[in-house]
Amino acid sequence: MQMPEPNANVLARKAEIVARLREVLPKSAVIDDPAETRAYECDALSAYRCAPLCAVLPANTAEVAAALKVCHAMGVPVVPRGAGTSLAGGSMPTADAVILGVARMNDVLEVDYANRFIRVQSGRTNLSVTGAVETDGFFYAPDPSSQLACAIAGNVAMNSGGAHCLKYGVTTNNLLGVTMVTMDGSILEIGGAHLDAGGLDLLGVICGSEGQLGVVTEATLRILPKPEGARPVLMGFDANEVAGACVSAIIKAGVLPVAIEFMDRPCIRATEAFAKAGYPDCEALLIVEVEGSEAEIAEQLGLILEIARTFNPVELREAADEDQAKRIWLGRKSAFGAMGQINDYMCLDGTIPVSQLPYVLRRISEMSKDFGLDVGNVFHAGDGNMHPLILYNANKPGDLELCERFGAEILKLCVEVGGCLTGEHGVGIEKRDLMTVQFAPDDLDIQMRIKDVFDPKWLLNAAKVFPLAASEPRRAA
Amino acid sequence: MLQPTSEADLAALIAGRTAPLQIQGGGTRDVGTPQKGEVLSSAAISGIVDYEPGALTLVVKAGTPLSEVSATLAKEGQRLAFEPADWRALLGTSGEPTVGGMVAANISGPRRVAVGACRDFLLGVRFVDGRGRILKNGGRVMKNVTGYDLVKLMAGSWGSLGVLTEASFKVLAKPATEVTLVKSGLSAADGVTALTAALGTPFDVTGAAWINGEARVRIEGLPGSVAYRRDALAKTLGAGWEAVADDTSAALWQEVRDVTPFTTREGAVWRVSVKPTDGPKLLAALGEEKNALLDWGGGLVWLCLPETAEASTRLRMAIAPLGGHATLIRGSEALRAEVPVFQPEPAPVAAITAAIRREFDPNAIFNPGIMG
Ligand SMILES: Cc1cc2nc3c(=O)[nH]c(=O)nc-3n(C[C@H](O)[C@H](O)[C@H](O)COP(=O)(O)OP(=O)(O)OC[C@H]3O[C@@H](n4cnc5c(N)ncnc54)[C@H](O)[C@@H]3O)c2cc1C
Repeated sequence: MQMPEPNANVLARKAEIVARLREVLPKSAVIDDPAETRAYECDALSAYRCAPLCAVLPANTAEVAAALKVCHAMGVPVVPRGAGTSLAGGSMPTADAVILGVARMNDVLEVDYANRFIRVQSGRTNLSVTGAVETDGFFYAPDPSSQLACAIAGNVAMNSGGAHCLKYGVTTNNLLGVTMVTMDGSILEIGGAHLDAGGLDLLGVICGSEGQLGVVTEATLRILPKPEGARPVLMGFDANEVAGACVSAIIKAGVLPVAIEFMDRPCIRATEAFAKAGYPDCEALLIVEVEGSEAEIAEQLGLILEIARTFNPVELREAADEDQAKRIWLGRKSAFGAMGQINDYMCLDGTIPVSQLPYVLRRISEMSKDFGLDVGNVFHAGDGNMHPLILYNANKPGDLELCERFGAEILKLCVEVGGCLTGEHGVGIEKRDLMTVQFAPDDLDIQMRIKDVFDPKWLLNAAKVFPLAASEPRRAA
Repeated sequence: MLQPTSEADLAALIAGRTAPLQIQGGGTRDVGTPQKGEVLSSAAISGIVDYEPGALTLVVKAGTPLSEVSATLAKEGQRLAFEPADWRALLGTSGEPTVGGMVAANISGPRRVAVGACRDFLLGVRFVDGRGRILKNGGRVMKNVTGYDLVKLMAGSWGSLGVLTEASFKVLAKPATEVTLVKSGLSAADGVTALTAALGTPFDVTGAAWINGEARVRIEGLPGSVAYRRDALAKTLGAGWEAVADDTSAALWQEVRDVTPFTTREGAVWRVSVKPTDGPKLLAALGEEKNALLDWGGGLVWLCLPETAEASTRLRMAIAPLGGHATLIRGSEALRAEVPVFQPEPAPVAAITAAIRREFDPNAIFNPGIMG
């Protein structure tokens, strides 16, 4: 992975920069010992690593502003970091960059049930947002699989999704406001506890901007009353096409499940061997979950099962109790772990129009043969967000590169059939150089102009999202 | 009036232009600081490009009449779930509301409180910027985080960043049935207390309004589920609520959506967004409970006020301590030229907004100054 040459001038002034940061932050908040900065050398895209110049861990918005002012004045690049679970290399530093981590900023600032929002510092983990309100019967809806570890900061930056976003939407649909510090240290309040923007919808652009426009320090999030209950059904089919058609039929029927998850045979086999969830041995499997009271669940599932039966499933399994429900989810939830058990894997994240599902799965399996690498598919079928897992051997020279080339071909296919490169993981460094597949130069230019406005010197996470060649003139300026 | 019939013609017309343009879709939402430029209509760039009911996605050209979109979706039992309002009666305009106008104004209705606004259902846009470049952002799939989200920026930008040529949406199935629980004779404060209680239940309330002293709470879905939630909600809300269903219920929400009570009244009409429990507080501070209706559980305040700068100042001063924003939706040209139609932004935000406009529209030709 190509990264820009670190700025030699910045590297040479490391001691001075660290000293200036120590002047404005508490002692323990500035880390420059190489043994400790190593912890910040990568995120969950761990094939790529680079230790930062140093790391700062501010405790509040004022400290973030102070640190950014120093970096801005001294021309030092900054990479914001939440929990470091990005799968796209979004929080990977360069050697001349200060990592600005918000991990110490995890307070709940305000909970308001009457107005159904919570305001938190951005370093708070996703799951602990729900944790703060669940005893009172509320929850925060976006639920990335990494929710135990990932921070709201990263969720906002990546506009993260989750298994239940078919009904509840992704981060941007549940974000009401942010406090954000721009690279020059200015503090912006965008949005709040009310709905919609009074002027241009800046919140909409900030969410998903991958840490390139400012450092988000606080977030106001919509919370919802917890549903009375939820129940999954499992359906097995003897062809991907049939499972795909069944997904469309359910969606069209007017029941809105909270989740429709899809697994193909390679993935079913791997998870079965690993988690022993008792899945049928079939070509394709769907897990469909609905919510509500007992009676409502029965009504919705009745309709869904009726539709499913018209597709001649090889298996239809309704969870009779909590335990069976857990078993149905068990395989899906351990799918990534199971694949990791067999091999190293790369997790892709393209989205396709749901109608293209059978075609895309067929093409992927053909390409898998061409490249000689196995692929398992597990994904959010209701919204077409695919997660092909390509298996490779990290110890075998050239295998990672082969895997990346295969991955790139799959993502190009996603764009070709009318979809996109990434549905929820973000571009980061991983998909940066594929952006020209989806966007024309002018489409990228107008996006980069937004960055010009927020960060004219291109100091904030500048080597991400845009192909290096495209951002070169701006980064060099 | 300029009325290009294709995106390419539109781009050619804009490239190199320095004289201001007044961008219109159907011309039914004349809101904002009055414009003097030549009218540019996108109405002739029209038609449904792609509709996949099984994927819940729709792609349409910007000039497509909203009525055509609704009719097409209805054939498949689907709809635009954000419930776009029709402001023709309120604003005294005629013509056909278009998709482009709806997006540019981020028009949403009562269901916004539960499912999101127009911007939340907008998956992608194509538009022509001030340099005459044809640009795209987003796409036509439901999940997409590829690059910056300019889709949301375009929604609600009132034609000040570019001329929309195409938009794609997530659509949803129309539920089988709907029921509204109604209770009359309530003050705004008591009404919002009830709406808050309803929205705090797990019963998927999709409408919560207070209008003419009447609180209304809507639920939608499969018949069995709606019946269950109707009874459960009635228990939560206590005595005195009456349930109406289907067409009768729908008519109640059309009234809220289109602000019908103000269509026959004189005065300036303001649309205010605040934290829901601040709705009644704002009315109390202004002493304007008689001239208001509340939607979104109290968070959307519609006010009919005297057509004066003084009333505008009074309103903005009352909002300041609460947080939120007010937009003058209906007002004479004179009033709209005199007072800020949109909520003035704090200086650092205003500077960013202005800089973004310069990047999209360097010659300031698109509805210059329309949002203040
Ligand atoms: C096992 C596993 C499962 C996952 N499952 C999902 C899933 O289901 N859905 C999904 O969407 N993602 C998933 N992810 C990806 C990842 O968890 C998300 O992208 C998450 O939002 C990243 O959060 P983070 O706090 O770890 O961010 P980081 O990795 O620290 O940073 C991510 C990006 O955010 C920026 N950033 C961080 N903090 C700030 C800030 N304060 N201000 C501005 N920018 C900031 C960074 O610069 C970087 O670009 C998964 C990851 C793993 C490892």
